[in-house]
Amino acid sequence: MTMETATSPRSSRVHPRPWLAAYPAFFRISMLSNIQYRVAGAIWMIGMILEPLIYLTVWTTVADSQGGAVGGFTKGEFAAYYAFLLLVNHLTFTWVMHEFQYRVQYGSFSFALLRPVHPIHEDIAMNIAFKIVQLAVILPGILVLCVAFRPTFEPVGWSLALFVPVLALGFLIRFLFEWTLAMAAFWTTRVNALNQMYFSLQMFLSGRVAPIALLPLWVSDVAQHLPFYYAIGFPVEVALGRLSPEEAIKGVLLQLAWLAIMGAIIALVWKNAARRFTAVGS
Amino acid sequence: MVRAIRLLGVFLRIGLLGEAQYRANFVIQLLETGLGLVTALGTIWIVFSQTDTLGGWGPAELAALVGVYFIVYGGIQLVVAPSLQKFMEDIVSGNFDYTLTKPADAQLLSSLSEVRVWRVADVVLGICVLTAAIIRESMTVGWPQTLQFLLALALGSVIVYSFWIILATLAFWFIRIDNLLQIFWAMYTAGRWPVGIYPEWLKWTLTVVVPIAFAVTVPAEAVSGRVSGMTFLGAAALALFLALFSRWFWRQGIRRYSGASA
Repeated sequence: MTMETATSPRSSRVHPRPWLAAYPAFFRISMLSNIQYRVAGAIWMIGMILEPLIYLTVWTTVADSQGGAVGGFTKGEFAAYYAFLLLVNHLTFTWVMHEFQYRVQYGSFSFALLRPVHPIHEDIAMNIAFKIVQLAVILPGILVLCVAFRPTFEPVGWSLALFVPVLALGFLIRFLFEWTLAMAAFWTTRVNALNQMYFSLQMFLSGRVAPIALLPLWVSDVAQHLPFYYAIGFPVEVALGRLSPEEAIKGVLLQLAWLAIMGAIIALVWKNAARRFTAVGS
Repeated sequence: MVRAIRLLGVFLRIGLLGEAQYRANFVIQLLETGLGLVTALGTIWIVFSQTDTLGGWGPAELAALVGVYFIVYGGIQLVVAPSLQKFMEDIVSGNFDYTLTKPADAQLLSSLSEVRVWRVADVVLGICVLTAAIIRESMTVGWPQTLQFLLALALGSVIVYSFWIILATLAFWFIRIDNLLQIFWAMYTAGRWPVGIYPEWLKWTLTVVVPIAFAVTVPAEAVSGRVSGMTFLGAAALALFLALFSRWFWRQGIRRYSGASA
């Protein structure tokens, strides 16, 4: 493959942004392999669909016992919240923290490091391709949820329009955040405990266990300053139209701030991290 | 039965000797399980900051449920899951030949052969949470409740074990069934809440298709003595049926196995 591209006339034309040129190729590879392993992929999605369904059931039961509404959410609004959460969680989730461990331990990072583009680009392209294929499972899942729980949802025009860029920012925040933490695998082989800690915090602070308005006051205060919420809960609440324009703008600014922080960390740490990688047999 | 316990003892010792080289893993395991527990209990805390009862369950009862959830989870992860995982790999590689030549029952060997000792952490922490929940609410747990709980737990264990054997036996036909196990684990997380709160279709799935209700919810109910005779009868019937069926199914599977080089 490398040989071929090296001798082909196209290679003499240097792309102004080589990493951008690599995206279609990464995308195509991942798309095809995801379609090939579609059953395995679909089964992985069961947990993804079940989790919001479980919490929705819990909160519906609570709302029932409190006379139909709790913490400003009616049963129908909980259903709408978790329907969007299912979508947002699917579109923003990553598996890099699990994969990094294998890459470093089994040395498959060697290949990624040899390529002329930063390995994060391959990860992003693979991630997006996977999600597009798996939407075939997620969308029916959302449909089931809607039929079983009857959401009440009144779309707010400007808010729904803002949802798209906010979701894209949320995706990038979660991706860069988890990629940053995943780099810990270069320093220690025991990253599971760290991952577990991250996932536990995320469950509470991102709005997955409950909309953060239902958390104890000090917890939701903390959550509103941390990146977890801006990756998942915030896009969901924007889609639902629950936020005022001021709150939405403040949220977007915080999203951008966190994105800048993560980007800076990766830029600083990556070179040092990659230098620690030693492939066996070099 | 005596033989089974002796075999378990042997594999336990091997597991312990193997893992004793990695003692730090025990601490890591404790930490990971502890985090899982804190997450589960934190969730309960948030739910009960908004309500006093969840489908008829109070906070302490729900904490007891989490305790049972971890005990059963640890039990599966300690022996059943790793052993049967290894069994499935052996089917692929043909190493199952060696299991068949050993002078003990192949099903017994296959379901005991790998013990992940540090998973005891889950069981221990589960018991701690269960005990703490009982003491904190000063629930009256006398002999009748204790016996009911142990009986429910035993029946639940038989049901879950038989269920795993049925899943694993499918490997004789389909070779790769990791995906089915994935479904089991995804469904298992639903057991952290009483199955009674779920919509009918999910409740039945969790009772009959993937029998989490009998493994977690029923024993947790038994702690406060809330299990009816009918439920016990149902659990006993299901346990008996699954035990016999899984044994029969395993035999069918073995008959199909042709070895690696045959």
